Amino acid sequence: MKAARFPLPTGRLLRFAGAHAVLLVGAAFMLLPFIWMLLTAIRAPDEILTGGLNPIPRSFHAVENFSAALQQAPLLRFMVNGVIICGGILIIQLIVAIPAAYALAKLRFPGRGLLFAAVIGGLCIPIQVPALPIYLALAEFGLLDSYFAMMVPFFLSVFAIFLFRQTFRGFPDEILQAARVDGLGEFEILWRIVVPSALPAIAAFSIFSIVAHWNDLYWPMIVIQRMDYAPPPLGMLFFANSETGASYGVLMAGATIITAPLVLVFLLARRRFVQGITMTGIK
Amino acid sequence: MTTLALAPAVGRVPRRSRPVREWLAGTLFVVPATMLLLAIILAPLLCLLILSLTDYEIGAMQIRWLGLGNFEKALSDPVFRRAMGNTLLYVALVLPGGVILGLLVALLVHGRTRSRAFYEVAYFLPVTATLIAMAAVWQFLLHPKLGPVNGLLKAAGFPEMAFISEPSLLIPTLAVIGLWNLIGFNMILFLAGLTAIPRDLYDAAEIDGAGGPIDRFLTVTWPQLAPTTMFVAVTTSITAFKVFDTVAVLTRGRDGSEVLLYAIYLEGFQYFKIGYSAALTVIFLAFMLAFSVFQAFQLDRRVHY
Repeated sequence: MKAARFPLPTGRLLRFAGAHAVLLVGAAFMLLPFIWMLLTAIRAPDEILTGGLNPIPRSFHAVENFSAALQQAPLLRFMVNGVIICGGILIIQLIVAIPAAYALAKLRFPGRGLLFAAVIGGLCIPIQVPALPIYLALAEFGLLDSYFAMMVPFFLSVFAIFLFRQTFRGFPDEILQAARVDGLGEFEILWRIVVPSALPAIAAFSIFSIVAHWNDLYWPMIVIQRMDYAPPPLGMLFFANSETGASYGVLMAGATIITAPLVLVFLLARRRFVQGITMTGIK
Repeated sequence: MTTLALAPAVGRVPRRSRPVREWLAGTLFVVPATMLLLAIILAPLLCLLILSLTDYEIGAMQIRWLGLGNFEKALSDPVFRRAMGNTLLYVALVLPGGVILGLLVALLVHGRTRSRAFYEVAYFLPVTATLIAMAAVWQFLLHPKLGPVNGLLKAAGFPEMAFISEPSLLIPTLAVIGLWNLIGFNMILFLAGLTAIPRDLYDAAEIDGAGGPIDRFLTVTWPQLAPTTMFVAVTTSITAFKVFDTVAVLTRGRDGSEVLLYAIYLEGFQYFKIGYSAALTVIFLAFMLAFSVFQAFQLDRRVHY
């Protein structure tokens, strides 16, 4: 620490204040929607319709708004659907991608280069591209409007294969050799030795996968017509469309309920989220 | 390697030799992934390309081969041209905004110590929040009569703005919401890039006379951050090009807010013009490939630890 870096205390103070001023204005912009959502969710309808700027609600109307939201749409059902879909997708993604990634990283077999090239190619293809043919196939087999329809395009994550391959490549070959000498099969080596060492990467991918599929609207919008199967975003779309301007308080209460789970998980596991983003770098 | 070398010489070979064992395990391990790759990526891709050359519609009695007819139709279709123009305008607004603001916030947050956690949470919160729900909140915020944004404008003496009904304001409004959703994500990527810059580079810059904050930024931070900036620019372009959620909630593709993905969705899954929608998807794919070839290249250099 050299004193020369901060020639004048006042200059430093100005910079400090300037940085905070800019950051606070930005933070207000980022947080305003959340704050206004919460404030509106506890406001009475007549107060909303006057459109005042008064931040503090005059009367406390939270119980009415939240119970109306829960009655008007099966919001909790949407959440359960979201958990089922995200959980199902994640489990199959891991079961499929981990062995493939290990094989690509550590085993020699025919077609390895070709498969890896296909994985790299697959990274460039978002769900919107194969959506039409997959939709036609699901319709053909009468599988639309099901959990399966919502999950199947995501069973293979080429991104997971890519990420895990990079991770597994760093695993020391000597340990694998020693395990082989001890008579362990490749399957045991993978699940009992390699996978436990790669837990940070697996956690990072899991966060990425859950956030992506919890928030996905495009695919559910295509394959789901019945509200019973709707995940949270699609449920929110139904809910928002069924609402009229008169009950913005109820709509905001619904938005609060839908947004709460991921926001809470984020607040509780902020470091993991940040790690996940920096490790995966993909949204 | 010892087993391989010794086993045959000693004469006890109950186990399969290493290459065969590897060969078998490797093949078995990639069977599920390969089958899924064929079923949900490669086969659909092939179907898509074929469909894009036909006039297939759900419920139509026969399929005709159009060659490139669908693409010619798209180029002269005013709806598609508006959708393409709006999408590019949206990218043109979100890309520079997302990169510059993400970098600015990261630079300012990077210097904080006690308040860093607060700012990280504040800026990142929109990334985790379900965009559909928050789009409904934005709709309310921007409501001409009931929303606080117009309330503030009127209080400051400005006229009321119809952010989500005036066609020329739709894309800029969607871009602001897109930026709100994206800045925190880019901030995190830039913060990771900033943390990776070695401290002694700054010390060296200072010895060379680059002591002020702007000098240090120009001589050290900006060049060191170049790979991160490229990466952020590409991911931002891809995210922006795929704009769909906010359109679905706020405008449902109404005049002035037609975007490419919403056009594909309408043609394919609402009007069931499969062939035409497939052709639009091929155009979408061409853009994705242009962005992503670059990204895959960047990822390969980035993910190594």
